[in-house]
Amino acid sequence: MRVIKNSIAAALATIVFGALMPALAAEEAPTPPAQDWSFNGVFGTFDRASSQRGLQVYLDVCATCHSMDYLAYRNLVDLGFSEAEVEAIAQRYTVMDGPDDSGNMFERPGLPQDRFVAPFANEQAARAANNNAYPPDLTLIVDARAGGADYIYALLTGYHDAPDDVELGAGMNYNEYFPGHQIAMPNMLFDGAVQYTDGTESTLDQMAWDVTNFLAYASEPNLEYRKQTGVSVILFLLVFAGLLYAVKRKIWSRVH
Amino acid sequence: MAHGSSATHFNNPVVRWVDRRLPIFSMMHREYGEFPTPRNFNYLWNFGALAMFFLVLMIATGVVLAMHYTPNTELAFGSVERIMRDVNGGWLLRYLHMNGASFFFIVVYIHMFRGLYYGSYKEPREILWILGVVIFLLMMATAFMGYVLPWGQMSFWGATVITNLFSSIPLVGDSIVTWLWGGFSVDNPTLNRFFSLHFLLPFVILGVVVLHIAALHVTGSNNPTGIEPKGPQDTLPFHPYYTMKDTFGLAVCLILFSIMVFFAPNFMGHPDNYIPANPLVTPPHIVPEWYFLPFYAILRAITFDVLFIEAKFGGVIAMFASIFVLVVLPWLDTSKVRSCKYRPVYRWFFWLLVIDVLALGYLGSQPAEGNFVLYAQLATLYYFLHFLVILPLLGKFERPKPLPKSIAEAVLPKGGGSAGMAPVAARPMDKA
Repeated sequence: MRVIKNSIAAALATIVFGALMPALAAEEAPTPPAQDWSFNGVFGTFDRASSQRGLQVYLDVCATCHSMDYLAYRNLVDLGFSEAEVEAIAQRYTVMDGPDDSGNMFERPGLPQDRFVAPFANEQAARAANNNAYPPDLTLIVDARAGGADYIYALLTGYHDAPDDVELGAGMNYNEYFPGHQIAMPNMLFDGAVQYTDGTESTLDQMAWDVTNFLAYASEPNLEYRKQTGVSVILFLLVFAGLLYAVKRKIWSRVH
Repeated sequence: MAHGSSATHFNNPVVRWVDRRLPIFSMMHREYGEFPTPRNFNYLWNFGALAMFFLVLMIATGVVLAMHYTPNTELAFGSVERIMRDVNGGWLLRYLHMNGASFFFIVVYIHMFRGLYYGSYKEPREILWILGVVIFLLMMATAFMGYVLPWGQMSFWGATVITNLFSSIPLVGDSIVTWLWGGFSVDNPTLNRFFSLHFLLPFVILGVVVLHIAALHVTGSNNPTGIEPKGPQDTLPFHPYYTMKDTFGLAVCLILFSIMVFFAPNFMGHPDNYIPANPLVTPPHIVPEWYFLPFYAILRAITFDVLFIEAKFGGVIAMFASIFVLVVLPWLDTSKVRSCKYRPVYRWFFWLLVIDVLALGYLGSQPAEGNFVLYAQLATLYYFLHFLVILPLLGKFERPKPLPKSIAEAVLPKGGGSAGMAPVAARPMDKA
């Protein structure tokens, strides 16, 4: 009996640990290094200055190809913009509205309640302008990628010349962190691509960092409120559970 | 009911008036007030009440989410994002619902393994146990359809893979799948009917839970010794002892739940489900929600034809058999002794089964290639060996440890503790 037991245990251990090995070897792209984001941790908040610069990078660079369908201009007050600033940002864009009383569609300047205006009318137009690649919507990009913000930052800073043994497809670019390494998006964040209004030097790293902060906000605008609520809820529950335990002990002392 | 004139006396005249006509107060007092409950429950006996809490939480949050959700392939993904961004407290409702599903399964899995460890399925609790298996099946169906509703990539491809399983049924398979889909692929009709059923099934679960509890109150609860209470010295009234213990356990569980909801709400989900469904792009690895992974591993482990049964159909049979085997478990386990405490050999096999199921869960999350397939086949084989071979034989060959004469003898201090031996009188509920 004991022999059988031991051999079963040994076999199961082999299954469990043996199975872990190929999983480590099978990773296609390196794990993105963990970054010290201000929104990490229990008391995490968005870095307002960095996110505001990130919005600038997003609007000047990313938004020429990518949409952001679920974020509205009015949301930007969360990042510390005043209502006047939000109105000014929205007005830079043209929104198709209508139909008016005579049944015609018309164009008007953007308003704070409008969602971010997409650069292309539809997927076909986006593909036609981008070498048949479709730039994904960026609202949820941080939540929609394994590794989250770390991955986005690693990707934006992960462009290299392709190693000699890699044959790039037509119009493709080499990226260390992209699964399969061949990505249709070229590196757009070369030094000085954006003229920061706050005077920060716009290096590749700085822009990638800032825009990732902004994209993390876009993915979860409620993150700060969620974490603050969580702290209060858990503090309450800890006290409440303590009281309940004391009452439980008192009641059970009658029968112990 | 004949119980209308029971000894229970209520001071409040309104309560008395109602109770003479509809004895709900007497019933509550009988079933949740003085209900004699073994005095020796450990905290594993909290998990039934916790499961009940999560069922109610899921229904409450789900009903409100349904007020804002739009079951249409063009609008579903966006409506979920509207809930997250524009509905007041919508993010909290959705994260409670998402993580509530995971916690419901965690709690129910612990509840089930508790039953396995302490032999809670044995005579006379077979029907109680089988009703539990029915609840588990309904939960799986409900959770599967709920995961489709956000219409992300995993929603769509998970639905495609799982509904396609039925196509493996010989002769009628393809017709059944077309009928399930309401078309020739997973599309708007599928989403609409899944939404409808996802709203309906929780109330079916609630109905079966009522039967589960009714059966429990006929046989009474099992307990860690696995021997039946023999008299009042073995039991305590349910209230206030277990109402209080369950409430404390719930508060602890809610702390863990809050950590997930507020600080890691997407930890148990899959990032791909934040990408809108696209029938033209298949994700590299299609994986179901974590709570289905052991069964997914069993499904994919059958890669060979057995006689005239094709591999795919064989996988479906194995997957359903892995749950159905639980239905017949009360008759597969031949040992008369319930609790693992007094079954030295079964205890080993119990923990081997736990490891086996965890291993299956891990293997279900990995791509079905290379050695993973072989490991999944071995783990699947062991899963069925446990129930179909080891349990029937163990009852015949294992020599159980001597059982205590009573619960009180097993758990109360010997000698000096005579005060504790005194039966505890049922106290009327403080209110009413």
